[in-house]
This record gives sequence, C-alpha cells and structure tokens, in this order.
Amino acid sequence: MTAAVAAPALLEVEDLHTHFQLKNKLVRAVNGVSFAVRRGEILGIAGESGAGKSVACLSILRLVPNPGRIVRGGIRFTGQDLLAKSEREMRDLRGQTVSMVFEDPLNSLDPAFKVGDLIGEALTLHKGLSRRDAWKKAGELLRLVGIPDPDRRLDNYPHELSGGMQQRVMIAIALSCDPALLIADNPTTALDVTIQIQILDLVKQLRDRLGMGVLWITHDLGVVAKLCDRVVIMYAGEVMEEGDVYGVLKRPRHPYTRRLIDALPKLGRPEQRLMPIEGRPPDPANLPSGCPFAPRCYKAQPACEERAVPLVQSGDGRAVRCLFPED
Amino acid sequence: MSVAKVDKDGGYPDERGAGRLDKDRDYRGAYPDESGAGRLDLKEATGPRIEADAAAEQAMFRRPSEWRIFWEAFSRDRLAVGAAAVIGLVCLASVLAPILSPYDPTVGDNSLRLAPIGTLGHVLGLDGQGRDILSRLLWGGRVSLIIALLPVAVASVISVLLGLVAGFAGGKVDMIIMRTLDVFFAFPAVLLAVAIAGVLGPGMLNVMLSLTIVLVPYISRVAYMATVTVKNELFVDQARVSGARPAQILFHHILPNTLSPVIVYGSTLVGIMIVLGAGLSFLGLGITPPRPDWGIMCADGRNFLSVAPHVSAVPGIVLILVAMSFNIVGDGLRDALDPKLRK
Repeated sequence: MTAAVAAPALLEVEDLHTHFQLKNKLVRAVNGVSFAVRRGEILGIAGESGAGKSVACLSILRLVPNPGRIVRGGIRFTGQDLLAKSEREMRDLRGQTVSMVFEDPLNSLDPAFKVGDLIGEALTLHKGLSRRDAWKKAGELLRLVGIPDPDRRLDNYPHELSGGMQQRVMIAIALSCDPALLIADNPTTALDVTIQIQILDLVKQLRDRLGMGVLWITHDLGVVAKLCDRVVIMYAGEVMEEGDVYGVLKRPRHPYTRRLIDALPKLGRPEQRLMPIEGRPPDPANLPSGCPFAPRCYKAQPACEERAVPLVQSGDGRAVRCLFPED
Repeated sequence: MSVAKVDKDGGYPDERGAGRLDKDRDYRGAYPDESGAGRLDLKEATGPRIEADAAAEQAMFRRPSEWRIFWEAFSRDRLAVGAAAVIGLVCLASVLAPILSPYDPTVGDNSLRLAPIGTLGHVLGLDGQGRDILSRLLWGGRVSLIIALLPVAVASVISVLLGLVAGFAGGKVDMIIMRTLDVFFAFPAVLLAVAIAGVLGPGMLNVMLSLTIVLVPYISRVAYMATVTVKNELFVDQARVSGARPAQILFHHILPNTLSPVIVYGSTLVGIMIVLGAGLSFLGLGITPPRPDWGIMCADGRNFLSVAPHVSAVPGIVLILVAMSFNIVGDGLRDALDPKLRK
C-alpha cells in the first residue's frame, strides 16, 4: 500500500549489520535487518533467543557492548542519521527522545538510590531540573504509570517494591522526558501474566495519550498479538517476515512463523500435541549461505541452501523472506 | 468479527479463556481496551479515596530518616553497639586526657616503681619508672588512635580513587595501576611497614606515612573488585541508556555502591593498625619515649613481666579490646549499610 509507505517514519533501520569480532571468529548477530517504526505505532520484534533482537535495539542507541561493531547499514531517526552523530549528541538523545526499558527491572535500578532520584535522573540530566523539581515531576510520572500513592513510593528503595511496581518505575524513567520512541527489550518476561497484562494495557494507553512510537522486543507471540500493530519476525539475525499483526499471526507466510505459532500451546485443545521446531538455530559465527532456516524447514528445497533469499515485499504491506511462501 | 467483551469486573482476558493465537480466530477488537475501555483505569487506580486521605496517611506512614533506618538496623546487633560504645568511651577518654589524667604521664615517682594495681592514688598501678599507668593510658590513647585512624582514612580515599579509575577504565590503565600495587603484595604487610618506617626514621608522622603506604594496596583491591562488579550491573547500562556521561556514571552510580565494602573493610583494618602501630613503637620505629603510646607501654613492661605483669598487661588488654571493638563494629556496619540486608 502506498499510503503506508507515505506515512512519516519515526525510525528507519536499513540493512543493519552488527557483528562481534571475537578472537578467532566473527559472530554475525544482526545480519541485514531493516524495519521502520511510525509515529504512534507499536512494532513488535519477535524471535527465538539469539535471533539478534536485543543487539539490533542496542545498535539503534549505539550502545552495542564490546567487541560489537555496527559494520554496515543505516539508522535514521526523524530523518537524522544516527550513525553519523557524535557520542555527545547520542547521549543527548538517549533517555530524552529515545528511551529504553530493560528486561530485568530489579537489576536495572540502582540499589543505592530512591525511586524519586532514579526517575529524576534523566530529568536533571536532560531538562536541567533541580533535584526538588525532578522529584515532583517523578511523582506525576508514577501516577501516570498507575502506581497508587506515588508520593510515598518516591521515598522507597527499588528492592522495597514488587516486580510489577519496579517495571512501572522503569517505564516511568523511560517516559520521564517525553520520548518520541520507546524501546522495550522483553520488559514483561520477569512478571507474572496478570501483571503482564496490566503493563501491556498501560503501554497501549500511554501510546494513545502521548503518541510515541514503541519498539517492543519479545519472544512471546501472545504479547505481540495483544499489544502490537505490526510485527517483525527475526531469525538468525535476519528478518524472516514482516507485516500487520493480524495478518502475520493469522496467515503466516514464512514456514518459520508458522512453526512458531504451531509450537504455542492452545487452550481448549488438549488433544492437540505441541509441535516443537526440530533442530536448533544456526551458529551466528557460521551462518549457512542460503536461508538460515532451511536446515529446519519442512518445505526446504535444494534451492533454499544455494544462495541468500531476498526479502520480498508484497502489495499489502507485508514482506517475507522465503522462496516457497505459504498462501 | 467477534464482539469485544468489555468487562472491567475481571474477565481476564476474555470470555473464551486465555486462548492466545488461535489461528481460526479473528483477533480484531477481541481485547477490552481496543474499544476504548481500558481495564486499568488510571483514575480508578490512583483513586479519589487515596488522594483525599493522602495527607493523613502521609503523616502516619512518614518514612523515617536515613540515619534512623541505619541506626535501627545497626542497633539490632547488640554486640556491635557494645563495641561502638567501647570505642566511643576510649576516644572520649583520650580526648579528655588533660582533664582526666591524675598525673603527668612522663614524670615518675621512683619510690613507687612497679607498684601493683590498686595502689592508693594510682588505680592501675605504676610502671618501671614510677609513672602512673592510667595517665599514660589516657595520653597514649591519643597517639595510638590517631596512628590507626588517620592512615586508614587517608589510604581509603586514595584507594577508592585508584580502584575506581582502574576498574572503570579497564585495559592499560587497569594494568598499570593494579600491577604496580601487586608489587607491594610481594612483601608481608608488617615487614613492609617496618622497612618503610626504618627508612623514614622514628616519629609519629613517619609511622602514619608508612602505615598508609602499606594499606593502599589492600584497600585498593577491595575498591577495585567492587567497581568491576558494579560496572557490569544492568543499572549502569540503564544510566547509559538515560544519557548519562561517563563521569556521572562513575561518581553517581558506581562510587556509592563501592563505598560500603570499603567502609566495612577499613573499620576492620583500624584494629589491625592499632596493633601494627603499637608494634612499630615497640620496635623503636614509632613514637619516641618518653611520650606514651600503647605499644611503647607494652614494650616497657617486658623487663618486669615476672615481677610486675600489670605493666604490660593493662595496656595490652586495652589494645586488644579496642582492636576487637573496631572489628566487631566493622561487621555490624556491613549488615547495617546494605539496604537489602536490613529488613
């Protein structure tokens, strides 16, 4: 659809390659990934552990841990080239216009500081607020993320809060400077499902109210279905399939997506056996030359292993990297 | 398209149970909040009741001050409180030595040499030169305590800086700083202190200098280890993601988290330094007589051990008592300073 292409993109990642040069091997964690997040859109990135989801997101903030390097590709945020920015400009951007929420809330919150100071940190850094004003604003933020009696909570240390509260505090920190883009790396995995639902509802509400773009990394397709507008399925550092959540989950075109969905337990169908995907993801230091999923694929043909498979766009805003797609 | 069920009274997640990703289902509008009625209503969550009662509750549940929390945690350890009281008492007595001591600590009364404990007017007896032991103990405490406390304090500051820089910078800087400090580990601490004090010559300042030099490698190790551990914590990444500068991360996030191990380790070192400083004085490398110092007092009595054991025993007991107290307080501090351990 041309309309979808014309919509202003907040973040565009194009042909991103992030590699880790180890002593005796080159680990290609992200291998030519492209996606875009529009304003007010929630884009999910789903895939197995080690598919390169987290590294792709850290690449956006240019915080890839050593010895990782962005070797190729382009990252454009509201039209600006992030890879061309200086470290100083990037620091200005982090936590202010692009913020990130990590998976493990307790270990992400400095135990030596109270919640009020932790939320206020980005405000004092970026907005130049005094500690007192930042503390006040932190109270409003806690209210925004649905924490009852926020003024008292500001005075707590992180370990005095429950896991759900901690994750809300993390989100409050991420929202403190009204970011245009929120990157969330698996932020609900440490929570139980009831709290998870609350957090997902909260993110949706905040998206509606604040109009920010959200990039949500997860390995839970249930979360994708609940939360996201569009989804990117990643495997071995590449995008396998992309499209609107409803279409991708209801009618997956890539065999990998289909197997992922088949591997999920379904309530109400106890007679149906789960279908695990045989084999394991390829070693990112030794990727096959053809489709990385071919060795595990039920549709694989000799042609799949011969050369790299291109990501083919179809007219309906979806794309699939497969020579023999479903449908 | 199925009809969305909007039910704020529960209904998690919808009437068909938690069936997720059923391929035959239409998901559009299947979740409550898509039709606008969010399950988590912010107004409801914070609620008018809470806001109304906020002021009253605030007064009831006001969080006690940091000092109070610390004290409540620390005072649970009775032994540590007792030890802290001993230290406090000894410090106070030493400060007030000019007022409290009944006699001049350097002038002796030859007629009463080696008089035992309980002699009239001399509660703790007299030493080999007829000097009042209580007076010498009080005045000697001033010297012994300063000799122990000051080097630990100075060495801690230097060590924290070295450890922070080495641990945070890593690579070459780490190598140079830590390998240089490793050289000092080649010598036993006591031997090194004796050697340095011997080169510098006797005197209070020189003793403190040699003790400081001996301490730096040890405390630096502790600060370094703490820095390296904290540096890899997720909350440092979180600070980076928030746009913090390296200096901000180092002093704002890493430093406070390395202080408590250093404080705890330092307080246990004070006890050892009292003994070590006394040892140097004992060897004639520290304080020069006739100035009193607990180490010198122990040394003075060694010629009369069989005749008048109290001359060495009294300062020796005080020395051990104070050294032990510092160790116990150090242990208590470790438990009280960790916000996760105090509950």
